[in-house]
Amino acid sequence: MFPINETMGQYSELFMLLAAGTYTVAFVAFAWDLAKSSKMLKAVDLKAASSVAAEVKVPVAAGRAGGNDVGGPAGRTERPTSAITSVNQTAGGDMKYAAERRIPARAAVAVAIIGVAIHGAGVITRAIGAGRVPWGNMYEFLTTGAFLVVAVFLLSLIRRDLRFLGTFVLGLAVIMMVAASVTYWTPVGHLVPALQSYWLVIHVSIAVMSASLFTLTFAMSALQLLQSHRQKTLAAGGVDKLGFMRLVPNALSLENLSYRINTVGFVGWTFTLMFGAIWAEKAWGRFWGWDTKEVWTFVIWVVYAGYLHARATRGWTGTRAAWLSIAGYLCVIFNFTVVNVFFNGLHSYSGLSQ
Amino acid sequence: MSEPVQGKKKSNKSASEPAAADKANGKAIDKAKAEAALPVLGIVGMLRWAWTQLTSMRTALFLLLLLAVAAVPGSLFPQRPANPSIVTQYISDHPDYGKLLDSVQLYDVYSSAWFSAIYILLFISLIGCVTPRAIAHYKAMRSQPPRTPKRLSRLPEYGTLVLAADAGIPASKAISDAAAVLKKRGYRVEVRDVDAAMPSLGAERGFLKEVGNLVFHASLIGVLVSVAAGGLFGYSGQRILVEGDTFVNTLVGYDQFSPGTNFQSSWLQPYSIQLNKFDVQFDRESPAHFGQPIDFTADVTTKDTPDAPAKKQVLKVNDPVTLGDTSIYLTGNGYAPVVTVRDGAGNVAMQGPVVAKLQGDNYYSSVVIKVPDAKPDQLGFAGFFLPTAMVTDKGVAYSGDPELINPQLNLNSYYGDLGLNKGTPQNVFELDVAKLTPLNGRGMAEKAIALAPGGTYTLPNGKGSITFDGVKKYVGVDIHHNPGQATALVFALLAVAGLILSLYLNRRRVWVRTGTHDDGRTMVEYGLLARGEDHRLAGEAAAIRELLQREWLLTTEQSTDTVSSSTSKDQ
Ligand code: HEM
Repeated sequence: MFPINETMGQYSELFMLLAAGTYTVAFVAFAWDLAKSSKMLKAVDLKAASSVAAEVKVPVAAGRAGGNDVGGPAGRTERPTSAITSVNQTAGGDMKYAAERRIPARAAVAVAIIGVAIHGAGVITRAIGAGRVPWGNMYEFLTTGAFLVVAVFLLSLIRRDLRFLGTFVLGLAVIMMVAASVTYWTPVGHLVPALQSYWLVIHVSIAVMSASLFTLTFAMSALQLLQSHRQKTLAAGGVDKLGFMRLVPNALSLENLSYRINTVGFVGWTFTLMFGAIWAEKAWGRFWGWDTKEVWTFVIWVVYAGYLHARATRGWTGTRAAWLSIAGYLCVIFNFTVVNVFFNGLHSYSGLSQ
Repeated sequence: MSEPVQGKKKSNKSASEPAAADKANGKAIDKAKAEAALPVLGIVGMLRWAWTQLTSMRTALFLLLLLAVAAVPGSLFPQRPANPSIVTQYISDHPDYGKLLDSVQLYDVYSSAWFSAIYILLFISLIGCVTPRAIAHYKAMRSQPPRTPKRLSRLPEYGTLVLAADAGIPASKAISDAAAVLKKRGYRVEVRDVDAAMPSLGAERGFLKEVGNLVFHASLIGVLVSVAAGGLFGYSGQRILVEGDTFVNTLVGYDQFSPGTNFQSSWLQPYSIQLNKFDVQFDRESPAHFGQPIDFTADVTTKDTPDAPAKKQVLKVNDPVTLGDTSIYLTGNGYAPVVTVRDGAGNVAMQGPVVAKLQGDNYYSSVVIKVPDAKPDQLGFAGFFLPTAMVTDKGVAYSGDPELINPQLNLNSYYGDLGLNKGTPQNVFELDVAKLTPLNGRGMAEKAIALAPGGTYTLPNGKGSITFDGVKKYVGVDIHHNPGQATALVFALLAVAGLILSLYLNRRRVWVRTGTHDDGRTMVEYGLLARGEDHRLAGEAAAIRELLQREWLLTTEQSTDTVSSSTSKDQ
């Protein structure tokens, strides 16, 4: 057991505060980007509409108008139910970077990178301060979890233009940091004996990892619902009340990408469940005992298994699957907050009651 | 899983039809089915109908979601298997609905009729899915890839290559070259009509995807069976060991024992484990957690059999000691004050450590001493043990530190009938004072007993005396034997392996057709089709194209070719 280093702990808290502040700036920049770009797109559209006669508007055939590279024979890649609309109403389905420069978005990403670097320093100094992995209580789950959420998001930006998620991800990170510092703050300390095991390193890190993936898919599923609603409205000739959603890809692309991320999250969660069981066997002598935390881990697993099944069930893809993905994530949140704090179980390691 | 099975008639069709139309069809068919399902089918028909419903994907989804919902109440209400006494307490605390909840098994959710019904149905459905699907897949694996479609250009991935007339690669050579390329890439290939004008080949790969899916689902059954076996043939028990005590693995050695349904006591191996010394390390560094235990170490001596050589071992939290086919876990600890009680006749009626039960911070613990052998009257004591006795401003005693800095035993004493003679089991941690007369205590002439180590208190009325000799430590250990555990782990690992195969492998079909143009050029066309989600189909098409080009030494410009991709490449 390494000795505790209070100074490091204090540095860590300073870094966390700085990171939260930086994230707030990035959050504002992302929001600005959404507002500004959607205005710009609208202006471009208006211009186009005035120069070209109104009949140019592509009729939006249900299912497969030419847009966003979906079409052709069926029984193949996707099982889509999300409707596709015409090209200009949503961002490109491939989520590749487009030619146009979105300066606020670039600034936002840059600031977020600075934030995540500071945040990383905060996590590392916390680990040094406590002389162990930095996920032994709620404060640490939240701060390390927020770090992972932002880091995974920024890493995914390398390959895909997911900047439309920025507002959500950074907003969530700020909320997590604030909750950690205000509600769950715990100074650096040793682990209770029950947590002193290498399984803490394995089991919890995978759990936090999977949860951060589920966070991304939650955001995508929520956007998918909005977008699908918007696409329907537009297809029916309605007014576009959600102009900023132009920057967001079409519902089907969101559905497919979140499915792929969810499969990774699900495999991760399966490991979380299994490793948790192995650890429980080591610590308490039984690998499964329906402890509250075990119950909720199981519930989450089953809900996401349901989600995967929904994707293979006729009539359950698209919107309904998105609701399941959202339900799964709400269970993750519940498991983390209410279950940790209010339910008494063997897993009482929130660091609060002690 | 019955989707493919149930929809066998449809599935061929849907591969070549646009999804939208298929979806519309699907709806119409579903509707028609729902209407058609009800007419008089006779008992066999009804059963078959019920079976089809049960093993449908929709039902599986429904049962899965239902299982998730049904698991929740077990986290909201106390559960008997984990905490029987809390359940009893809960029922008496909630006279209005406590009993009602009991009648619908909400305190035994995971063994309740309704929870069991859901998962048994789910697993029947699962078996009903897996079996036909496994058979179908076995057949598919042994049969040849499906025949070459007439129009490859309608496949989601399609392309053509052209070989110059002077390249000397006729259609038949081209098709065997393509076959070799695809074989090397892991496809199972069948070449057709080699000598005809338009030879073609069908190729397929990714059978492991379906195998993975089947292994995954079958392994879930394996996990369930292993868990059930553990419940039938396993056992578990608890024992408290004071420093110096030895536990011998026989039924009488346990303080508490819960056998599995099929357990036989002859299975217990007579190993022994002695607690030599128990150390606790307390946190003296962080102000917020000052005084919290951060490390427990129990030094034990074990013997596999009564005659086996003794072994020194260390038992820690998260680090059980394994003896025979059981594992021994460190689950609790505390102090055990050692006392000597003399009775009214002056004889030693009891001597030894008394296990003090943790009640509050800093090892503030409750103590109950029953002395049934005391004469002429039985004696009883109840009170508290404080490792570091301190007193608040209001005069309430508390423990200021977990270490034995100022140990103190605070007791009230009683005499009379302890109620032990009738043989009804009693909680050793509780003193039933109904038939006892207090000798001292708050509000009485004789104040409560407060003893430091070495101190003796003489009871009033010549009832005897009590001496606080010293303090030992004790540990609580759980002993478990679960024969299903290892198999459950194996199946769980198999399940994950299957899951990964099933999620990340892709089942793909490729067809190639070649032919000779009037001007002597050899035309090659190919098409790809995926079964299920496959976002990398376009990538695969590109890879195959590149391999073929390399095979025939074509440069990209050289082959005046076409590619069409309707697969969304990188969504
Ligand atoms: C114990 C309950 C079950 C669990 C936990 C479970 C879990 C899963 C999971 C995690 C997957 C995703 C892996 C994959 O895509 O291959 C899956 C797929 C699948 N499951 Fe289950 N399953 C259960 C019961 C069933 C039942 C009862 C059926 C049959 C009605 C079924 C049919 C299928 C099918 C057909 C797939 C493949 C979906 C696809 O093609 O993407 N499962 N299952």
